[in-house]
Amino acid sequence: MNSYVAAIDQGTSSSRCLVFDHQGRIVSLSQKEHEQIFPRPGWVEHDPREILRNVVEVVHGALDSGGLDVRDLVAVGIANQRETTVVWDPHTGDPVQNAIVWQDTRTDALCRKLAAEHGQDRFRERCGLPLATYFSGPKVSWLLDSAPDLRQRAEDGDLLFGTMDSWLVWNLTGRHVTDVTNASRTMLMNLTTLDWDDTLLDAIGVPRAMLPEIQSSSKIYGEAGDSLGGVPIAAALGDQQAALFGQTCFSAGEAKCTYGTGSFLLLNTGERPVLSGHGLLTTVGSKIGDEPATYALEGSIAVTGALVQWFRDKVGLIGSAPEVETLARTVDDNGGIYFVPAFSGLFAPHWRGDARGVIAGLTGYVTKGHLARAVLEATAWQTREVVDAMNADSGIEMTSLKADGGMTANNLLMQFLADVLGVPVVRPNVAETVSLGAAYAAGLAVGFWPDVESLRENWHKAAEWVPNMDQDARDRGYRKWKKAVQRTLDWVDDDD
Amino acid sequence: MPKPIQSIERASAILRLLSGRTRRLSLAEVAGELGLPKGTVYGIMRTLLSVGFVEQDPESGKYRMGAALLHLGSSYLDGNELRTRALNWADWLAARTNESVRLGTLHDRQVLLVHHVFRPDNSPQVLEVGALLPMHATAMGKVLLAYHPYLTAELGNGTLPRFTNCTITDPKQLAIEIERVQEQGWASSAEELIEGETSFAAPIRDRQGVAVGAIAISGPTERLCDGDQPRSELVAFVREGARTISRDLGAVPW
Repeated sequence: MNSYVAAIDQGTSSSRCLVFDHQGRIVSLSQKEHEQIFPRPGWVEHDPREILRNVVEVVHGALDSGGLDVRDLVAVGIANQRETTVVWDPHTGDPVQNAIVWQDTRTDALCRKLAAEHGQDRFRERCGLPLATYFSGPKVSWLLDSAPDLRQRAEDGDLLFGTMDSWLVWNLTGRHVTDVTNASRTMLMNLTTLDWDDTLLDAIGVPRAMLPEIQSSSKIYGEAGDSLGGVPIAAALGDQQAALFGQTCFSAGEAKCTYGTGSFLLLNTGERPVLSGHGLLTTVGSKIGDEPATYALEGSIAVTGALVQWFRDKVGLIGSAPEVETLARTVDDNGGIYFVPAFSGLFAPHWRGDARGVIAGLTGYVTKGHLARAVLEATAWQTREVVDAMNADSGIEMTSLKADGGMTANNLLMQFLADVLGVPVVRPNVAETVSLGAAYAAGLAVGFWPDVESLRENWHKAAEWVPNMDQDARDRGYRKWKKAVQRTLDWVDDDD
Repeated sequence: MPKPIQSIERASAILRLLSGRTRRLSLAEVAGELGLPKGTVYGIMRTLLSVGFVEQDPESGKYRMGAALLHLGSSYLDGNELRTRALNWADWLAARTNESVRLGTLHDRQVLLVHHVFRPDNSPQVLEVGALLPMHATAMGKVLLAYHPYLTAELGNGTLPRFTNCTITDPKQLAIEIERVQEQGWASSAEELIEGETSFAAPIRDRQGVAVGAIAISGPTERLCDGDQPRSELVAFVREGARTISRDLGAVPW
């Protein structure tokens, strides 16, 4: 079959387009970074118009580099950075301000106020999420209160809210919709009804009139306008849910972890939401056409690849991210130090906004090589904490970890990850699982692939790292890591 | 013994300093580290720039080791960086050819495996990253020899180690083979390292055109060849993969 599916991966640092063939193989790729706007400490913004321009540009870029035309595409799927919040005026198409990015902590005070008024549990039992600055609902509410008349315009239906998927689909097709996985990250959707929840809307303060319609992750939302030559836009998923789909974790009990700026371990729990007792999120995995939604437990780690970038850009001991491995290999171990990168608090399984980063165990013996090693080990130990929580919540011991994302190129990290988890770590042949998942969902919607089972045949193991650490060393290291985590807590004071 | 020449000593110290760093250094940093006046270091640096032994970043004005030094036998492209940049296209090559893929760089007159993608059939396979392979008996080694001609001489005039009946052990015969690789732009190893296994490799080149590594597919001879002829579509995929990675290396580092 001589046709292809394109995936748009609208990520935190860049927008990418990958074109896939019927066997799920990459045909071509194009990407473009966008500006990270830091107006104040703790605030992170993106320009939605820049992102829209980049998205259209990378689709054409990928088509050009593959010698293809828009007419060669059967559909386009979207995977996007989650929770990042855009509010725009539907009459002019202009955003009222920059998008508030998921890492942004400006809603800290609002979240604490909501917790005091309503209690944590009231939110969690309805939407599966703890109150945290991470999620969209409080961001929208903050935004509506940031200037006079915004709230009124929203109530009158003269402002629209959307996560990046909505913003893109609205601009490409004119439809104001979102998919159920993105909606599950807002704190505004009821996990059982899969519709906006009036109790949550009232508590957080978001008018229903501005919300998009919640739809399946895999269906034709509409046809793109001239900018993309009328191709059907046929899927949208949050990037981590897309990666779960791209790793073909279609059945209950299947899990993956994606290593990027942050890292996200998702476990498919089937057609029933499982509420976590160990600091994990309950979220929607996907909803394909008219089939029932599948749910997932998620362990979100805020800072993994971002720590390597910080080490490169702010500390300057390395010139590029991959060189961290070269520097780490100049020593045999971490020299006794542990680096807990609680740069914006700790996410799963702790959810402590009051934590800040520490390097514990420093002595005069420690060199930059040990630092590089501790930077990499931090990603593995954080994964270990989340895997332990996952095992406790699901009652099933994980027997291997499917890993993907850019950091799987780091061999030392992948080996150390297998060592501290005590189970093999495997990488699939397509490391770009976010894009692949969006392509799969779009392809299913237009019948390019008949069903999900046919997609499993495309999954192939590209590498496997086998544990090679004795139990004593693993336990000792984990004990030290947990002590280091304790030392990050309760750092932020009310008057900071 | 005549007295050592001071400016050569100083130039060597500068190069040693730059080679030990993973980031670029400014003139002031180099002068400070070596305890030399900036003017002295500047003069030496101009000369090193003109012969290509150091390079200057046009934006920051900082210095690092230059590409010409590569021809003297060392590679500055970090193997870990090469693996990261090549990740998608190495996967692509394995998916296209249905064979395992390896990436190698020069290391101490051997091929260092910096990346390995399993044959995509979910059969049990073991990651070989970090292994060292002989240059004269592998397709990757032959490619690296072809693009670093001085290395062939360094393998010596004596008989080369034999691994199979097909291994080229005569340096003169190897030189003829390397010349052929230079002409055709890719290399093969026909059961020269392991009985029954054939491999095709092509060079990965950086923005200066220097072959910083090689990418290869390997598998049973009956899958990779028609009779004793390499299957041309497989060779074409290897060369296309190498070209794509090379093109990416020509881009501004991220």
